[in-house]
Amino acid sequence: MEQHSGHALVHRDDEASKIGMWLFIFTELLLFGGLFVVYAVYRHLNPVAFHLAAEELDVTVGTINTVILLVSSMTIAMATSSIKLGNKRLTLLLLSITMILAIIFMVNKYFEWGGKISHGIYPNSQTLLDLSQGDVLFFGLYYAMTGLHALHIIVGLVIIAVMFFKVWNGSINNDYNVQLENSGLYWHLVDLIWIFLFPLFYLIT
Amino acid sequence: MEPNYLEYKGKYKGIFAWIFSTDHKRIGLLYLYAVGAFFCVGALLGLLMKLELIAPDKTIMEAQVYNSVFTLHGITMIFLVVIPGLPAVFGNFLLPIMIGAKDVAFPKLNLLSWWVYVFGALLALSSQFMGSGPPDTGWTFYAPYSFQTQSNVLPAVMGAFVLGFSSILTGLNFIVTMHRMRAPGMGWFRMPLFPWTLYATAWIQLLATPIVGITLLMIVAERTLGIGFFDPAKGGDPILYQHLFWIYSHPAVYIMILPAMGAISEILPTFSKKPIFGYKALVFSSLAIALVGYFVWGHHMFTAGMSGTALYAFSFLTFLVAIPSAIKVFNWVSTLYKASIDMQTPFYWATSFIFVFMIGGFSGLVLGALATNVHVHDTAFVVAHFHFIVFGGVGYAFFGAIHYWFPKIWGRMYDVKWANFGWLTFFIGYLALYGPMFYLGLVGMPRRYFDYLPEYHGPNILSSLGAIVMIGGLAIIITNLIISSRRGETAKANPWGGSTLEWTVPSPPPLENFEEIPVVDKNPYEYK
Repeated sequence: MEQHSGHALVHRDDEASKIGMWLFIFTELLLFGGLFVVYAVYRHLNPVAFHLAAEELDVTVGTINTVILLVSSMTIAMATSSIKLGNKRLTLLLLSITMILAIIFMVNKYFEWGGKISHGIYPNSQTLLDLSQGDVLFFGLYYAMTGLHALHIIVGLVIIAVMFFKVWNGSINNDYNVQLENSGLYWHLVDLIWIFLFPLFYLIT
Repeated sequence: MEPNYLEYKGKYKGIFAWIFSTDHKRIGLLYLYAVGAFFCVGALLGLLMKLELIAPDKTIMEAQVYNSVFTLHGITMIFLVVIPGLPAVFGNFLLPIMIGAKDVAFPKLNLLSWWVYVFGALLALSSQFMGSGPPDTGWTFYAPYSFQTQSNVLPAVMGAFVLGFSSILTGLNFIVTMHRMRAPGMGWFRMPLFPWTLYATAWIQLLATPIVGITLLMIVAERTLGIGFFDPAKGGDPILYQHLFWIYSHPAVYIMILPAMGAISEILPTFSKKPIFGYKALVFSSLAIALVGYFVWGHHMFTAGMSGTALYAFSFLTFLVAIPSAIKVFNWVSTLYKASIDMQTPFYWATSFIFVFMIGGFSGLVLGALATNVHVHDTAFVVAHFHFIVFGGVGYAFFGAIHYWFPKIWGRMYDVKWANFGWLTFFIGYLALYGPMFYLGLVGMPRRYFDYLPEYHGPNILSSLGAIVMIGGLAIIITNLIISSRRGETAKANPWGGSTLEWTVPSPPPLENFEEIPVVDKNPYEYK
C-alpha cells in the first residue's frame, strides 16, 4: 500500500492529464465560438460595412503577428521535444524565445490598438457612433475578440514563465514533462484562434 | 483499520482540515453545506413571494422589491443550488466509490472548483449589498434591460460567469475520472447508472457552459464599455442574446435533471430488490437527452420573433426529448413490477419523484406545442411547469438521495418516522403550492407580477398556504437530518441491501475508500 501524508495520493497518470487538457481546450474553443457566432450573424446583416471596415486594419501588422505566433508555436513544440531528450539548456532557450515572441506580439497589438484609439475608434466613442451601425459592430467585435485573445496570450506568457522556472529547477525533466506538453497544447490553441481571427478581421475585405 | 474520512487527521486542523482537504468526500460535504445554506435562503425568498401573492395589491412588499426578490431567488436556486446540487454534492462523494476508485482524477482541481464556487457565490450575492440596489432583471439577464437598468447587475453577472468555471472544472474532472479510474473489470456497461448520468451531465457542463460564459461577458462589455452587441440603437440584436443565453441555459436544465434521474435509478432497484429494468435503455436515454437537449433552446423564444421554420424545428426537437424521458419512466415503473418492495423513506421520495416528474413533463409538452405555447407563454403555467420539473425533479431526487446515502455519508441512521412525516408534509404542501399555478396560468395570470386581478385570488390563497406547509415540511426534514447526523443510531455498511460498490465499504468510508481496489465481476444491480 502506498503511504500517504495528509491526503496526497501517490497517483500519477500523464494520460489523464492530457485528456483533461484536451477537454479544457474544447471549452476554450466554445468560449470563442460564442463570439464567432455573433461575428457570423452581424457580418451576414452588415456585409458592406464589414467589408469597408476591414480595409481600415493594417494587413502588414496582422501578417507579422501571425508569423510571430506560428514561430512561437514551433519553438514551444521544440521545447517539449528537447526536454524529452533531456536537453535542459536547449529547452530553456526555446522557452525564452517563445516568451520573447509573445511579448513582441503584445507590443505590436499595443501599437495597433493605440493607433485606432488615437483616431477615436473605440467602443462607445463619438467618432465610432457617428459611423454606420455595421462599423460599430465590426470594431466592437474587433476589440472584444482580439482583446479576449490578447488576454489568453498574457495567461499563456505567465504559464510559460512558470514552466521555464520548473524546467530550470528540475521539477520538469525528461521523465516528468506532461505539464510542459499541456502548456504547449494551450499555446497552440491560442495560436489556432489567432489563425481564425486574422482572416476574419484583416483579410476578408 | 484506517480511520474514517470524518475523523481523519491531516496536516491542517479544525475547519482548515475541511476547506483545504482534497478528499472527494470532504469536498462533497463542503458543497452540501454550501448548497444547503443557499437552498434555505432561496426557499425563504420563494416563501416571501408567495406571501406577497396571498392577496391582491401590496401585501408585504413593493413591486421593485418583488422584482429583486424573484431575481435573487432565481440566481440563487439556479446557479448556486440546482446546477451544482447533485453532481457536485453526491457526484463528488459517490462517483469515485461507485466506480471503485480512491479519489477523482484531479483532487486539487476538485478543491479549486469548490473555492471558485464559493468565490462566485459571494460575488453574485454581493450585488445585493453594494452599489445601486439589488438586480431586478430576473435570472435570465435579458438584454436590453440588463444593460439599461440602474440596478447593480454587474456583480451578479460576473458571479454567474465565475460559477460557470466551477461547473466546467467539476465536469472535466468527472469525465477524466470515469475514463481512467474505473476499477478493473468495470467495463462501461457495468458502471452504475448514477455515474452514467454524471457522465452525460459532465459533457453538457463542458460543452454548454462556455457559451453562457462568453454571453455573460458580452453583457459585462455592454454595461461597462457600451460595445453594442445587443443594443438595437447600435445595430445589435437583443434576440441574439436570447439565443446565446438559452444555448447554455436549456442544456443546463439537463445538467440539473440527469443526475437526479441517476439517483432515482439507484434508489428504485435497491428497494425493489430486483435488477433495474432496461439498464442499457436507461444509459442510452441519458446520452440521448444530453444530445437532443442541446438543440431545443429555441422553445424558450416561441413568442420572441423567429422564423416559422425555426419554430417548427424547435418544437419538433422539443417533442423528441420527451421520448428518452418517457423511456426512463417506463423502465422505473417496470422495475417495480413484481418486485419485493421495501417501503423506506428514499423509496417514497423516488416514487413521488416519478409522479411530479410526469406532471412536469406532460405540461412541458403543452409548452413545447406552438399553438398552446402562445396562450400560456409568460404565465404562471410556465412557473408551475418549471418548478414541477426542476424543483420536483431535482428537489425530490436530492432529498431521496440524501435519505438513501445518509447512513453511508455520516455512518448514522436518521429517525425514520420524522423523515416520513417530513416527506408527507412536503409532498402535500408542494402539490398545493404549484398545482393551482397551472390553473392560474391557463386563465391568464402573468408571471413575475407582484399584483393580480381579484378573480385570481382563490387559487393564490391555496398556493400560498401550500408554500407555508411545504416550508414546514422542509424544516422537519432538515432538522431531522441535522440532529441525526450527530446523534442517530450507528448505521451498518449496507443498511438497505444495495448492490453497488459504495455499500461494500464501511460507513462512513475510510479515507481512501478501498483498502484494495476491488475487482468487478458482475453487473451493478444483482441481488441475492
